[in-house]
Amino acid sequence: MAANPMTQFEVYRIGPEIKVGAFDISFTNASLFMVVSSLAILIIFNLGSKKNSLLPNKIQLLAELSYTFVSKMISDTAGSKAKPYFSFIFSLFMFVLFCNMFGMIPYTFTVTSHIIVTFVLAAFIFIGVTIIGFIKHGIGYLKLFVPSGVPIVLLPLIVVIEIISYLSRPISLSVRLFANMMAGHTMMKVFGGFVISLGVVGGWLPLSFSVALTGLEILVAFLQAYVFAILTCIYLNDALNLHH
Amino acid sequence: MVKKIFFQLIFFNLFFFKEVFAAESEGMPQLNPEFWISQIFWLTITFGILYIVLSKLILPKISANLELRKSQIQENIEAAEKQRESSEAKLKEYDDIISKSKLEANNIFKEARENVLKEINAKKETLDKQIDEEIKKVEQEINLLRKGASEKINKIAIETTSELLVKLIGAEVNNSSISAIVDDLSKRNGDKYYGN
Repeated sequence: MAANPMTQFEVYRIGPEIKVGAFDISFTNASLFMVVSSLAILIIFNLGSKKNSLLPNKIQLLAELSYTFVSKMISDTAGSKAKPYFSFIFSLFMFVLFCNMFGMIPYTFTVTSHIIVTFVLAAFIFIGVTIIGFIKHGIGYLKLFVPSGVPIVLLPLIVVIEIISYLSRPISLSVRLFANMMAGHTMMKVFGGFVISLGVVGGWLPLSFSVALTGLEILVAFLQAYVFAILTCIYLNDALNLHH
Repeated sequence: MVKKIFFQLIFFNLFFFKEVFAAESEGMPQLNPEFWISQIFWLTITFGILYIVLSKLILPKISANLELRKSQIQENIEAAEKQRESSEAKLKEYDDIISKSKLEANNIFKEARENVLKEINAKKETLDKQIDEEIKKVEQEINLLRKGASEKINKIAIETTSELLVKLIGAEVNNSSISAIVDDLSKRNGDKYYGN
């Protein structure tokens, strides 16, 4: 297992094979960590909201700080109109954050290092934002692709570019998270492999790198969850407050 | 319906193509579509449950907690403000009372002093009057006595002189001439006798 740095991303079945029609929906290690992350979020935030003391305890403080953090992030980027989508963005941020963080524990599986997971999330956001945009502005939402103050000559080109950039949103959003997580974990695995292959004599340098990388990866894990959530907010802002 | 079948066809084509591709490459397990459906399924389930529980149960509670705390703190601040104001008013009242009573005490003191001074002055005046009157009386008496004394002395002097003259000469001398001489003497030497 240690030889190939990519084996950590392998998905395997836990328990029996479950098939619905032609689809294989067996419970896998990826599913396990999705469940674990969700449960951890629910347990922490349930404990943090259980009793309300004027002077909050640590877990309550954690829950309330996260709440105000996400709430501020949404109101800063998407304004007050985005309030109904707070729960979704909060869940999204927490889910991605916890999946990333659980991936930092050795021998665990990183759910977000799989393109299909991040792509489904990003595609859901993309479709949802597009639907919200059309509901709020009707056909006028297409004005998003026609920036104001552009010379008529350039307009066809700009519109094409805008449409391409809009359509590539789910791809960029999903690939950013997936690639960051995959690259980080692969790099850590590679350095870990160096520690073993160089032994007691030369292994100290990659070991120290590995330690530093762990810190960096924890930062990246938080940052990517934040970026994922804030980009969602920005897309939502485009749909809610049409600026062009 | 036709649309659905069309999309399913596209999806399955992709599915099988990817499977072939993954079996060949052995590179990235992420591109192996064997468990894609399973991942999508479990992601939908877990994220859906997470979203529903968070949005329906937990987040409203946290929001209510935050609101409650905010309002509680606001209430406390307001109560503190009220108490501060009332204590300030009380302090002002206290100051007023103190200054008023000080003024009153001053007034009472002044009044008392004036009264006492008036009384003292009145008494002093009456006493002065009495003393003056008595002095005048005494002076009058003295004057009377003094006047009476010179006349009596003159009389005595005249009588003794006439009797001396009778005994010495044996002749009676007219009283009026003696009295003229006595008067003259007393006028000349009166100062010597009375010490005026």
